[in-house]
Amino acid sequence: MIRPLPSPDAPAGGNLSCAQTPRAERGAEAGDPPSASVPCRIDADGPLSRASARGRGAGTAPSLRRPARLRWAGLTLLLAALAVAAALSVGVGTREVGWADIAGGLAGRTSTIGEAVVAVRVPRTILAALAGAALGLAGAVMQGVTRSPLADPGILGVNAGAAMAVVVGMAWFGIETLSAYLGTAILGASGAAALVYTMGSLGRGGATPLKLALAGAATSIAVSSLTMAILLPRNDIAGSVQAWQVGGVGGATPDAILALMPVLLAGLAVSLLSARTLNILALGDDTAAGLGLSVARSRLVAAAGAVLLCGAVTAICGPIGFVGLVVPHLCRLLCGVDHRWLLPFSALGGALLLMLADVLGRILARPGELDVGIVTAFVGAPVFIWIVRQRRIREL
Amino acid sequence: MTTEPSLVAEVAAHRRRRLRRGAALVLVLSLLILAAVALTLSVGSTPVAPLDVLRVLAGQEVPGASFTVERLRLPRAVLSLLAGLCFGLGGAACQTLLRSPLASPDIIGISAGSGAAAVFTIVVLGWSGPAVSVAAILCGLATALAIYLLAWRDGVAGARLILVGIGISAMLQSVTAYLLLRAPDWSLQEAMRWMTGSVNGARLSDAPPLLLALALFGTLLLCQSRNLETLRLGDDKAAALGVRIARTRLLILVGVVGLIAVATAVAGPIAFVAFLAGPIAARLGMPGRPILLPAALIGALLVLLADFAGQVLLPGRYPVGIVTGAVGAPYLIYLIVRVNRAGGTI
Repeated sequence: MIRPLPSPDAPAGGNLSCAQTPRAERGAEAGDPPSASVPCRIDADGPLSRASARGRGAGTAPSLRRPARLRWAGLTLLLAALAVAAALSVGVGTREVGWADIAGGLAGRTSTIGEAVVAVRVPRTILAALAGAALGLAGAVMQGVTRSPLADPGILGVNAGAAMAVVVGMAWFGIETLSAYLGTAILGASGAAALVYTMGSLGRGGATPLKLALAGAATSIAVSSLTMAILLPRNDIAGSVQAWQVGGVGGATPDAILALMPVLLAGLAVSLLSARTLNILALGDDTAAGLGLSVARSRLVAAAGAVLLCGAVTAICGPIGFVGLVVPHLCRLLCGVDHRWLLPFSALGGALLLMLADVLGRILARPGELDVGIVTAFVGAPVFIWIVRQRRIREL
Repeated sequence: MTTEPSLVAEVAAHRRRRLRRGAALVLVLSLLILAAVALTLSVGSTPVAPLDVLRVLAGQEVPGASFTVERLRLPRAVLSLLAGLCFGLGGAACQTLLRSPLASPDIIGISAGSGAAAVFTIVVLGWSGPAVSVAAILCGLATALAIYLLAWRDGVAGARLILVGIGISAMLQSVTAYLLLRAPDWSLQEAMRWMTGSVNGARLSDAPPLLLALALFGTLLLCQSRNLETLRLGDDKAAALGVRIARTRLLILVGVVGLIAVATAVAGPIAFVAFLAGPIAARLGMPGRPILLPAALIGALLVLLADFAGQVLLPGRYPVGIVTGAVGAPYLIYLIVRVNRAGGTI
């Protein structure tokens, strides 16, 4: 259970993540009844600020928090970048379009080819933004729940689980409607998440990032080979699965977006409401329990929000990896580790990343286009390796 | 002082027993492999009598059996055997080196490099034959080198190597999936070979590279197996016992990559064979005995039996990688639960 304390001279990236929060720091206190040493009204104001100021000492606290001015500036910057990315996503693509086409397409006319192209790009842009926001948020929540800087719906095998559930549903139960896809994908995502977390947290040391990542990788391989086994004798559904197995937003339709919305809103609400408990969880299980938090239940609730988000996105777009990994790490640079800020930032950042990746995929592979899933893999894998290299072995 | 001779005798007897048991295990496994080869050669959609099989192997022309055995079944059996040996040996060495049963080459991305290169050369460049194998081997080596260098920070630590490998592997797998699924003349059967591994379309001309790899890298690994066992005690203790850590680790990694890359180039990344062979061998063998040789034999046995099951027992002719993948998934869960209950770390 007890991990060694990170030393104060932790490497440069060390302050990026909540995962290095010492678990045993206040272990002695945690055994006391909450009323003895810790205020009961932990929800009166930011639990992190108080607890971290006391538990960590003033030396490291400033590096974990960001001044409010910086956060607001970051937020403005993100929103501006989002607007630019949305404009790019509508205006740039395989086919060049003029201003008149863009105006016409946005107004809903499809009389010229250019206008029709723009009209197709609008739902695509919206889907990219929604899917990116969901994945970024899901990644941030998963990193908080597992306290692993390497948590991501792709790395942990949750997307693969959702994909397999959809294939099973199509092959054996003949599901065809969007809402059925969504339901099965969420079921599969929760199954995979539960399996990987259980596998990763058994044994000595609890759920370490290394064990979780290994369990996720092994589960992905197992699940995708089972998916293949189901798919192989079924040439009738292979075609529709083929288009969907590399994550992409190219097939966006208003119907898909409408079906996605309620699930995304539910996931968003659950995730954002978990921000406070994630902050407490970041202090370590013992401390969180000592502060009166029901650790297992809050983990479950927060994870359910993340699973809803990434399961729904996988059902519509296919498995898209690495967005949930990259975005929270970059957002921590802007807004610090407080989840009440980090979660909204990650949602916006995820939307930005996925829209840009989509535009990049259209530009790079002209006259065809690269699926957004492969672009995010190439953006994300270097970041993953960078995170691994930043940390000490003990923390992995 | 008087007890010393009897103690020595006891230790010697114990050692002999362990040696004998290790030899017995290898013998039993070899016999099982022979039986599996005989099974795959004689049983199938057109059964061939064992005597006829022997006559065909001896070079005689047997009407009705020669084509089936010589052209169809023999290459499959030989390739399954050799690829299984490569995967089992390489996987067990890698797991022992990195001290984790989950850290097998297929999970940490060494196979993914070879697979992605093979798919790229076939789908995009339109190559075929030995050129694809060479590209797959070179790319497997390059991937392993990249993982090794990226994991280097004042030396290579096992945990960092595994994690960097997982990242690289995720990236390469998305490349493979993208190339296969977007290829114009996409065929699920061909794609399957490079996503989960298959010995469909095996030719005897694919065997020499595998034999060469086994002779070269297999011998290297078996020669290093003593140092490898010592490394399991931990870097510090192994160094104190006189093992040159960095050199041993590099040699073993080279051996692992060579075996896995060649086998992947021929048969695709047959899912989970490298992953399963080591733990099964460790369970069958005596604790503390080197497991590399039994693991290699178990790898061969696994591929032979899984291919037989996919071809004959299951409806629909599944490629071998699908069968090993389906067997491997539950075993993976069982393994993790068991190892954790025993208090070990993964």
